[in-house]
Amino acid sequence: MNFIKSIVAAGLVAASTSAFAADITGAGATFPFPVYSKWADAYKKETGNGLNYQSIGSGAGIKQIIAKTVTFGATDAPLKPEQLDKEGLAQWPMVMGAIVPVVNLEGVKPGEMVFDGPTLADIYLGKIKTWNDPAIAKLNPKLKLPTDAITVVRRSDGSGTTFNFTDYLSKVSADWKTKVGMGTAVEWPVGVGAKGNEGVAGNVGQTKNSIGYVEYAYAKQNKLTYAGLVNSAGKAVQPTIAAFQAAAANADWAKAKGYYLILTNQPGETSWPITAATFILMHKEPTDKAASAEALKFFKWAFEKGDKMAEELDYIPMPASVVKQIEKTWSADIKS
Amino acid sequence: MADMAVQSTGMEAAGPYDRARALGAFKAGDTAFYWTTRACAISVLLILGGIILSLIVGAWPAIREFGFSFLFTQRWAPANDPPILGALGPIYGTLVTSIIAMVIAIPIGLGIAIFLTELCPNWLRRPIGLAVELLAGIPSIIYGMWGFFVLGPFMANYMQPYMIRAFEGVPVLETIFAGPPSYLSLFNASLILAIMVLPFITAISVDVFKTVPPVLKEAAYGVGCTTWEVVRSVVIPYTRVGVIGGIMLALGRALGETMAVTFIIGNAFRITGSIFSPGTTISAAIASEFAESDGLHQSGLILLGLLLFILTFLVLTAARLMLMRLEKKAGN
Repeated sequence: MNFIKSIVAAGLVAASTSAFAADITGAGATFPFPVYSKWADAYKKETGNGLNYQSIGSGAGIKQIIAKTVTFGATDAPLKPEQLDKEGLAQWPMVMGAIVPVVNLEGVKPGEMVFDGPTLADIYLGKIKTWNDPAIAKLNPKLKLPTDAITVVRRSDGSGTTFNFTDYLSKVSADWKTKVGMGTAVEWPVGVGAKGNEGVAGNVGQTKNSIGYVEYAYAKQNKLTYAGLVNSAGKAVQPTIAAFQAAAANADWAKAKGYYLILTNQPGETSWPITAATFILMHKEPTDKAASAEALKFFKWAFEKGDKMAEELDYIPMPASVVKQIEKTWSADIKS
Repeated sequence: MADMAVQSTGMEAAGPYDRARALGAFKAGDTAFYWTTRACAISVLLILGGIILSLIVGAWPAIREFGFSFLFTQRWAPANDPPILGALGPIYGTLVTSIIAMVIAIPIGLGIAIFLTELCPNWLRRPIGLAVELLAGIPSIIYGMWGFFVLGPFMANYMQPYMIRAFEGVPVLETIFAGPPSYLSLFNASLILAIMVLPFITAISVDVFKTVPPVLKEAAYGVGCTTWEVVRSVVIPYTRVGVIGGIMLALGRALGETMAVTFIIGNAFRITGSIFSPGTTISAAIASEFAESDGLHQSGLILLGLLLFILTFLVLTAARLMLMRLEKKAGN
């Protein structure tokens, strides 16, 4: 009898600790999922507290936090300040990433090709149809370009990656802005749609004469042929961590209300033009204050100790000055 | 023995009084049974009504905004301000992929079923039957991945260039089989759908073919019919209703299949004459965009769902009407 009692007791203890460990719940963007789960693992090892993050997409993450079913929401497309006020939410950038164009062209190696914004927009508008188009040839005088048609690959699912990519194209091409515009899902004039970053990466990897856009980590891990871009200063840059960080450092976070800032086409001679932050959303007056405080502890820990882990996964940590500002926001805005 | 005798006399002695009570109990049981099963049947109607109602409520903003033009608009521009949404592209893709899938799957499915029941040597029956059942058991996402990595490249590199060349210069067909070859296309999606619905047609056909009374077939063979004549004039006419039922079940599956199609159709809201160009279906469009949608965009997606519901309903009604006409003809 005692034996059974102790088993029941042990079970209860196990159940209660696991319930406690899953206290912080988050949901949203798929793009930061790898780094959030790596942080959560390390955090659990260090503190014993776990984090349950569901990567269900930015839009769904916003809906979940508004419905108060999770402790925090995550989104790649930041909410506008008036939306934040309306829902009583606080927002801040957590980590950054970059989007790179990738191509599959015989004889072309990673980094050999260069595009500029208007050319990229014209390819995605269907105005540039073949690889030997004068606009591409002018940017790449050393490459032997085929006469074949370009297969345009883009996302089929609504995504933050598409949001940032189309935001960039809207900034550099007036034609793109009026005909297509920006959003998580847009009216693509040409091309085939693949699901997720992995879908676009897989498709470009398989299809000859194709072009696509993916998060830098996917281009690197799938060994795809990435291309350089001409930035707003008119300089051709390669997708490197240094170039991504330059774009982030040149961004003016201090003036951005509610951290509403899209990092595309930032100034600076060394800045990579399509850099993007991913954001966290939390209620200013949370219903579950303990869980909310626990989540903030986790984010603070991630800012302090998570930089190296983020870089290992090809993410870009937030600059220290921005982190300081964010921590001020926490103590001012979020009641716990 | 003695015990039984005592018992039976006991029962008889209880006589008429108990008989009425027993009958009453039977009647109560019957009534309860009747109402229980009836409640089960009616609950289906209630659930269906609830689904339709919630679809209409969710789709209402889009219905109010776009009205009937939703059906005839080809543009799908959710990022536009205000959004412009039209269902023509997805409706076209849904119908085209389902029709091509059925054109491929019906003859092959019936062929397998006829071979299995009429011609197949006994030792081969189980392996083939098992293979068909396994086809039905494969999750649709696996079909999608296989289509993406294996079938798509194979079709684009080997089959499609050949087909494009073969129909070059032939009016109409030239447009339908126009290039360039593509990994992700309406045609590749149709092929995957054909493989996916094959087990439905085959399994049901096999089952109904088995119901043909042997005496009918034996009589036909007796007067010197060939196997082909027996199948055409005895087996198929006898089982027509069941076979069509299987085909309709398969068509319903083809209309609504989501995951596999999303992987290989290319998800483009455009209508081009060529079946080698990317397209989209209603369910693929919903699956792709729902998670990141809001406001009018989401309402438009729900309206797409409502349309698929109506489309499937219309197809099934048409099938019922066709069956009724066939039965009438057979009766005459």
